[in-house]
Amino acid sequence: MTRDAMTAPPSIKKAATGKRQVRMDPEVMADALANDTRQPNGEFVPRLVARFHTMSGSVGGQVLTFMLTIAAALVASVPLIWLAGSDFWLTTTAFFGGALGSGPAIAETLVQMIPLLIAGLAVAVAFHASLFNIGVEGQLLFGGLVAGVVGASLDIPPALLMIVCLLAGMIGGALFALIPALLKAYRGAHEVVTTIMMNFVAVAVAEFAVAPTGPFVAADQPSATDRVPEGAQLPIIWEGTRLHAGLLVALAAVAIATWVLYRTPAGFRLRLMGANQNAARASGISIERQTIIALLASGALGGLAGAVQVLGLYGRFYAGFSPGYGFDAIAVALLGALSPIGVVAASFFFAVLHAGSVPLQAIAGISREFVGVVSGLVVAFVAAQPAVMRLVSNMRQKVVDDTLPNDPPEPQYMSEIATSPEEPS
Amino acid sequence: MSSLLTISLVISALHLALPILMPMLGGLISERSGVLNIGLEGMMLIGAFSAVLVTYFTGDPWLGLIGALASGVFSGSALALMTVTLRGDQVVSCAAINLIGAGLTAALIPVIWGVDGLTPSVEKIPVVRVPLLADLPNVGRLFSSLSLVDYACFALVFLVWWVMFRTDAGLRIRACGESAESADAAGIAVVRTRFFAVVASGVFGALGGAYLSIVTLDMFQASMTQGRGFLALAALVFGKWRVWPGALACIAFGFADAIALRAQILWRDIPHELLIALPYVLALLALATFVGRASGPADAGKPFKRA
Amino acid sequence: MKTRASRPDTAPVAIQLTGVSKHFGPVKANRSIDLSVRQGSIHGLLGENGAGKSTLMKILFGMMRPDAGRIEIGGEDVTLRSVADALAHGIGMVQQHFSLIGKLTVAENLILGRANSGFAARWLQKLDLESAGRRAEELSERLGFGIDPFARCDTLSVGARQKVEILKALWGGATTLVLDEPTAALSPPDAEELYALLKTLQQDGTTIVLISHKLPEIMRLCDRVTVLRDGAVVGEAEIPRAYNAPAEKQALEAQLVRLMIGRNRPEVPSRSSHIWPTVLSVRNLSDGERFGPIDLDVCGGEILAVVGVEGNGQGQLIELLMGLKKAASGSITLEEANITRKTTLQRFQCGMAHIPEDRHGLAVADRMSVIDNASIAFVDGAPFAPTPFWLSRQKRARFAAGVIRRYRVRAASVEAPVTSLSGGNQQKLVVGRELARAPRLMIAAQPTRGLDIGSAAAVHEALIGLRDRGGAVLLLSLDLTEVFSIADRIVVFRQGRIVGETSTADADLDRIGSWMSGIDEETQK
Repeated sequence: MTRDAMTAPPSIKKAATGKRQVRMDPEVMADALANDTRQPNGEFVPRLVARFHTMSGSVGGQVLTFMLTIAAALVASVPLIWLAGSDFWLTTTAFFGGALGSGPAIAETLVQMIPLLIAGLAVAVAFHASLFNIGVEGQLLFGGLVAGVVGASLDIPPALLMIVCLLAGMIGGALFALIPALLKAYRGAHEVVTTIMMNFVAVAVAEFAVAPTGPFVAADQPSATDRVPEGAQLPIIWEGTRLHAGLLVALAAVAIATWVLYRTPAGFRLRLMGANQNAARASGISIERQTIIALLASGALGGLAGAVQVLGLYGRFYAGFSPGYGFDAIAVALLGALSPIGVVAASFFFAVLHAGSVPLQAIAGISREFVGVVSGLVVAFVAAQPAVMRLVSNMRQKVVDDTLPNDPPEPQYMSEIATSPEEPS
Repeated sequence: MSSLLTISLVISALHLALPILMPMLGGLISERSGVLNIGLEGMMLIGAFSAVLVTYFTGDPWLGLIGALASGVFSGSALALMTVTLRGDQVVSCAAINLIGAGLTAALIPVIWGVDGLTPSVEKIPVVRVPLLADLPNVGRLFSSLSLVDYACFALVFLVWWVMFRTDAGLRIRACGESAESADAAGIAVVRTRFFAVVASGVFGALGGAYLSIVTLDMFQASMTQGRGFLALAALVFGKWRVWPGALACIAFGFADAIALRAQILWRDIPHELLIALPYVLALLALATFVGRASGPADAGKPFKRA
Repeated sequence: MKTRASRPDTAPVAIQLTGVSKHFGPVKANRSIDLSVRQGSIHGLLGENGAGKSTLMKILFGMMRPDAGRIEIGGEDVTLRSVADALAHGIGMVQQHFSLIGKLTVAENLILGRANSGFAARWLQKLDLESAGRRAEELSERLGFGIDPFARCDTLSVGARQKVEILKALWGGATTLVLDEPTAALSPPDAEELYALLKTLQQDGTTIVLISHKLPEIMRLCDRVTVLRDGAVVGEAEIPRAYNAPAEKQALEAQLVRLMIGRNRPEVPSRSSHIWPTVLSVRNLSDGERFGPIDLDVCGGEILAVVGVEGNGQGQLIELLMGLKKAASGSITLEEANITRKTTLQRFQCGMAHIPEDRHGLAVADRMSVIDNASIAFVDGAPFAPTPFWLSRQKRARFAAGVIRRYRVRAASVEAPVTSLSGGNQQKLVVGRELARAPRLMIAAQPTRGLDIGSAAAVHEALIGLRDRGGAVLLLSLDLTEVFSIADRIVVFRQGRIVGETSTADADLDRIGSWMSGIDEETQK
C-alpha cells in the first residue's frame, strides 16, 4: 500500500463547497431524475393495482376508525342525555333538526365549522411536528383582537383592509405562539404548560383591551372594539344566512396546508422532525428552528381562525367571542388523524354537535357544555386507538401464524467428536 | 409596602398555594413513576365538583372531601387505564381527561341544580382554633384561620417526601420512572406500580380541587381551577421533580396570586385584568430564566412494554 | 483439579427446558428448544445475533412467557410468571444491556425490588441502605474486588458496572447465574477479570449459563455448549479441558462455527490496494469536556477503524465530526475545505455521510414510509425540489426504488412504512441512502450491530465498494472481528483520546487490548 499523491479517480467529485450544488451519486441521480416516465418493468397494471390497494386500505381504515370513534363517543354520551331526564327520541330529533334539518340549519352548521376547521388545522400542523399546541385558544383570541383593532382603526380601502386584517390576525396569533416556541426551543420547557399559560395571559389581555377603561373599547358597546367597516368584513356567500366567505378562507387554508405538509421540502422537514427528532437532527435539520417554525405556523393559523370569526361573523371583536374553539380544535385534529382532509370531516362533525346543541338546550334542556364532554371522549378514544389496533392486528396475526410451518431443524449431536479426554496431571 | 406584607397576606398566600401544592405532589408521584400527568387540571375540576356534589346532598363537608378523593381514584384510574394499561399517548390521554373534566362538570351543573355555571353554596370545612397558639399576637391569626385540611396538607408534603425518597416503595416508583426496563429486570411489576402512581396523582389532584371548592370557597363554578393544574406542573419543573423545592415554588405562586389580589384593592389604577395574569406571567418568566434545561425522570412519557 | 471434580457428567440437572417455543408475530424466536444444564457447570449458549439465545434466557428469567414448553428447576416443574418468580427459584441474570439505573447508588440498585417486607414496612419504614452497603462490601470482597456501595452507578467504569450487575444477580442468593453476552462492552483485560470471577463462582458451586456469540470465550470457559440457529437447537457438544492434539480443538471449533452460521467461516475481503490523498484531517479537536484534543487523518481508499471500550469518546467524535456538537477547539478539514464551523447540513453537502449507530434512534423514522426514509438523505429537497414550493413525489419514489434495487433491499412497496422491513433491510436502506450522497467520507458507526450475517456482509461490501472507488471510511466498531476483517488501519480511543495506532496488517490483539484498557500507560508510569 502506498500513499502517493495521485489524483482521485474521476468518478468521485471533489468535495463541493458551493451551497446550491446538488451532491448525489450520479448513477442514482440519473435514475431518479430521468424524465422517462416508462415503468421500469412494464408491469404497469399490477403496480397500479398494488398502489391502489395500499391507498384504499389506509384510507378505508382511516374512515372506519373515524366512524368508530364518533360512534363510541356518541354512545358514551347517551347516559348524559338520560341523566338530564329527557326523552331520547325528542332529543335526537331536536339535535339533528337543529344541525341538518333545513337549508338555514346547514348554513349555521357550516358557520360553526369555519373556526373549528382553521383552529383544528392549527393544532394538526403542530402535531405533525410532534408539538402539542394547546394554546390555540389564546392565539385565536389574540389574533381576533389584533384583527378587530386593526380593522377598526386603519383607514385604507376596504378590500385591502380585509386582507390586512386577516394578515394582522395571523401575525398576532404567531406572536402569541412565539414565546412558547422560544421556551421550547431554547429552554426545553414543555409546550403544553407554556401554551396553557399563554391562554390565560390572552384572556387577561383581551379583557383588558376592551374593559371599560381599556384602550380599544368601543363607545357604543361594552367589552367590544369598534366595528370593522362593512366593506372590509368577509361577505356573506349564502343569502339569508350567516354563512360568510370565511368558509372559502378555511378551505384555502386546508389546500395550502396539505400542499406544504406533503409537497414541499419544508413540510417534509417538519414531518420528519415529528416522526423522529433525533433522526432529523442527525440528518442536518435544526430542531430549534423547526420547532419555532412549526409553532409559529400553528399560531398563525390559530390567529387566522380568530380573525375570520371577527371579520365574518361579528364584524367586531368581543372579549368572549370564542366558546372554547381552541380546545375543541384538539379533538378535531386528533379525530381527523391530523390529515387536513380528515380535519375537514372532523370539524364538520363537531360543527353538527355545536349547531345541534342550541335547540337541544332549548327543547331538551341539555347544556351546551356537553359538546365539551363529547370532544373529550373523542380524544380519549383516539388515545386508546393504538391499543385497539394492536388487538385487531394481533388477532389477525394469530390466524396467519397458525398456517405457518412449525418444524425445527433436526439437532445434530456431536458426542462422537467431542469426547472427554483424560485430565493432564 | 407595610400594608401589603401582613399576616393576612401570608394566610391568603397559603390558601392560594395549597391548591397548587397538592396537584404538584400528584404530578411528582406520577412523573417519577414515568407517566406525564398533564391531566391534573381536569382531575382537580372533577374533584372540586364531586366535593360540592356530595356536600350538597349529605350536608357534611367531610363526606364531600371523601367523595372528592373517591373521584380522584376514579379519574386517576381512567388515565392509568389509557396510558399504562392500553399504552396510549400520555399527552393525548391527559388532554382527554382535561376536556372531559371541564365539560362534564360544567354540563352537570344545570342538570343537577338547574342553573348555569355556578352551584348554590354548601357547607364549608370549618376552621379550627389552635388553643394556645391562636392567642399569640400577630401570628395568632394564622392559627385561627386554618382548617384541619390545611394541616393535613402540610403533613402530606412530608409524607410524600418520606415515601418517595426514604422507603422501598418510593425506590420502586422512582426506578420505574428512570428506567422501566431495568425496573422490570429487577422484578418490579412496572405496570402495577405506574398504575398505582397515576391513581395516587388523581387523588392528590382531586384533593387540590376539593380544597378550592369546599375549603377556600363554598361552591363550585365552571372551570374554577383557572389553570392551577398547569401551574402545578410548572412548579414541578422549577423544583426539578423534588418535593421541597417544588413546594417552595408553589408557595411562591401563592404569594404572587395573593399580592395580585391585594394590589387590586390597594392600587386601583393598575388594571386588574392584567394583574390576574401575574402568576402565569411569573411562571413563564421563571421558565425563561430557568438555568439550564430541565431534565425530568428519564423514562417519563414512554409507555412500557416488554420487548 | 477442583473444577474437574465438581463437574462430573453425573451431576444432577439444575435446569431442564423441554420443547420451549416462543414467537413474535410471524417470527419464531424459539422453536421447541430442549436444554439441560448440569449443576455446577458452565454451560455455553452459542449462536449468532438473532438466533434466539436472549429470548430463551428471558423466558428462563420470567421476563417472557413461552408459548409452549416445560421448565424444570432442580427437578421440579415450575411456572415463571415474573422476574420475581425466577429470583425465588434461585435464578439470577445479567442482562446484555446494563440494567443498572444510573441515577441510583450501587446499594439502591442492589436492593431494588428485593425487599419482601410487609405492606406497612414497605411504605413507611426507612430503607436500610447502610446494612445493604455493608453486605455489598462483604460480598464483593469475597469475590475478589472492591466496590463503593454508595457511589452513583453512572459514575462507575464499565468493568465496575458489570461487577455490580453480577453482585445484583447474586444478591438474592441465586444458585444459577445467566449471563447474556457479558463481555460485549468490556475491554480484553476487563473480560479476563470476568472470566476469573466466573471460575471462582463455579468453584463456589454456582451453575452458570453463558450466552455468547464469541467462540473463543465459549471454548475457554464452558464445560458444555449448546448451539442455536434460527431459534432452534442445532447441536450440542462437551468441551474438553485438554486435547490430545491441537487439530482436535480446531476440528471442534470448525464444527461449532459451521453449526452456528450454517456454513463455513466467511472469507476475509481483500485489503485496500491503493491509498489516495487525505480526505479528512482533524487537528487538535476537542469538545472542551472529556474529549480530545485529538489529531486524526483518513485517506481516500482507506477504511480507518476507531476501536475502544464503549463510551470512551466515540460518540463525541461522531457528534463533533457531524456538527451535532460544537467543537471547543481545533479544526476539521474535508478535502481542503475547513468545515469546523459548518452546520450538519453543510457538512453533508461538502461530502460527508453518516450511518448512525442507533438505527431506531437516529437513522430511520418508524412511522414514515420507505420513500420518506430514503429521502432523509436530502432534507433540503435539493434533487427533488426545483423550487422550495414543490417537492416531486415521483422523483423521490424513483430514488427510493433505485436505492432498493441497487442494495437489494427486500421491501414489498416503497409506500409501506419502514417498519415493514426487517432490521437488516432497514439498515441496507440507510446505507444505500447515505451512499447516494456520493460521499468522500463515510462515517459508519457500528453499521452491522444486531444484523444477520447476510445483511452484515452486504453492508461490508458496500463500505468496501466505496473504499475501492477512492472514498474514505471511518468505521466505529466494538466488534474486533469486524474491524480485523475490513479495516485497513486501526486507532484506539481511551478516555476521549487516541492512545494507539496500527495498521491492521501488523495489528496484535494483545497490544490493542492493552491500549483499550490503559494497562500500557500504567506500566509506563
